[in-house]
Amino acid sequence: MAFVPSYWREIPQRYRYEGNKCTHHDQQYTFFPPRRVCDPWCDCKLDPCTIATTGKVLTYTVIHIPPTQFSDEAPYAIAICEMDDGARLTAQLADCPLDALKIGMPVRIEFRKIQRDGEAGVLMYGYKVVPA
Amino acid sequence: MRDVAIIGIGIQKWGELWDRSLRDLWVEAALNAIKDSGVDHIDSMYVGCMAPGLFVGQEHLGSLLADYLGVTPIPATRVESACASGGMAVRSAFLEVASGVSDIVLASGVEKMTDVDGGGATYALATAADAEYEVFQGVTFPGLYAMVARDYMHRYGLTREQLAQVAVKNHDNGSLNPHAQYPMKITAETVMNSTMIADPLRLFDCSPITDGAAAAIVCPLDLAKKLSKQQPIKIAGIGAGTDRIALHDRKDLCEFRATVKAGEAAFKMAGVGPEDIDFCEVHDCFTIAELCVIEALGFFERGTAGKATAAGETARDGKMPINTSGGLKSKGHPVGATGLGQIHEIVTQLRGAAGDRQVKGVKRGMMQNMGGSGGSTVCHILEVV
Repeated sequence: MAFVPSYWREIPQRYRYEGNKCTHHDQQYTFFPPRRVCDPWCDCKLDPCTIATTGKVLTYTVIHIPPTQFSDEAPYAIAICEMDDGARLTAQLADCPLDALKIGMPVRIEFRKIQRDGEAGVLMYGYKVVPA
Repeated sequence: MRDVAIIGIGIQKWGELWDRSLRDLWVEAALNAIKDSGVDHIDSMYVGCMAPGLFVGQEHLGSLLADYLGVTPIPATRVESACASGGMAVRSAFLEVASGVSDIVLASGVEKMTDVDGGGATYALATAADAEYEVFQGVTFPGLYAMVARDYMHRYGLTREQLAQVAVKNHDNGSLNPHAQYPMKITAETVMNSTMIADPLRLFDCSPITDGAAAAIVCPLDLAKKLSKQQPIKIAGIGAGTDRIALHDRKDLCEFRATVKAGEAAFKMAGVGPEDIDFCEVHDCFTIAELCVIEALGFFERGTAGKATAAGETARDGKMPINTSGGLKSKGHPVGATGLGQIHEIVTQLRGAAGDRQVKGVKRGMMQNMGGSGGSTVCHILEVV
């Protein structure tokens, strides 16, 4: 279940893929969603960024028994992806025959409808990935 | 810090217990533990429970359960760390006794999961994952572990049949456990022909939805003989740890770092290593979890646990018996009670009271209880003294 205030608050991530990067100690992390700090003692310099929209599949599954709000969509694929700038995310992998799914396959982010909040609730949009 | 012992354990047969409420289940297990120990009072209590608000619409379990056990006004608190809540309740009880604040503490766990339907249970359990960045996208818990399994298979050549052998072995053990929810033997074909849940995991790779409770009485080791006729079982080492909550944020998807950390801390405190453990109860919420976890604890090299399981090395008569109780798979997984169920098995084995599933000559056992997709873990090492 999702609610309007939290959905509205998450729009920068869901619609615009906003994350941030810490450049401390020469190590570059891309956080998605953005974080306040790396840790309490890091002299964090966190620069807002848009995460890379292309990447690859690290692992995937096909959901056959879905949560209630996705019951009309099963079976559908879900993947953990690493984007080209190192950002990681979990997303549905759409527009791909289920027998063509592969670890390492290139993907890109697309803006899609994700779910609806009940019969009369708001439609919730966000990102899915599709074969690149 | 005082040495701490377990002097009483209690449980019931786990299952879909339609006729009993959360408070009924918990009081039954607590009374069994108190009776087993013979103590005439308790000073304090902890209740491990993951999501009573979602499963039965009830929070504030400390008050409710102290009330229904008839032990008010003692201090009582619920402890929550998703599916590791029970193990964390034992940790809290240990710390309270070791510090000298209390002498006799009841550590307990309970979950009443069948008052909601399958969708409701899936929703409640999913709250242990990242609600905004995993669950929102349509992933389920079997889905998260399925992605671990896919990565493991790809990297280490684990076969579907080797993975099935985890469930076969655990059901074989559970068939000898009078408290098990599903005490029937199965074959690898049963697993591989069962309903697909989240590819490559099938129904028989998954632990069930269970109602159940379990409890233990914890006291200072030097008072154990005075308080109880039971053989005291020492809690020799405790450890706990955390990891990034979202599976996708972990550098290595097959490395359960919270378990590595919890295991290392428990080994260090007990002054032993993995080679000194006679048997272990681990958190096999899914078959793949057992393999990753017994590698994280150091019992097997990375990538070898599947082969070792298929070769019988984790069976009751193997070199490292894992989940002699039947594990979560066969014994059941009432999430908040699971850690106490593991404690129940280890104490039973160390007392030499495990009947047909008794492993001969065991002196030291370990438990590993894990929350979410590995975001939190607690371990305890128990010894005969």
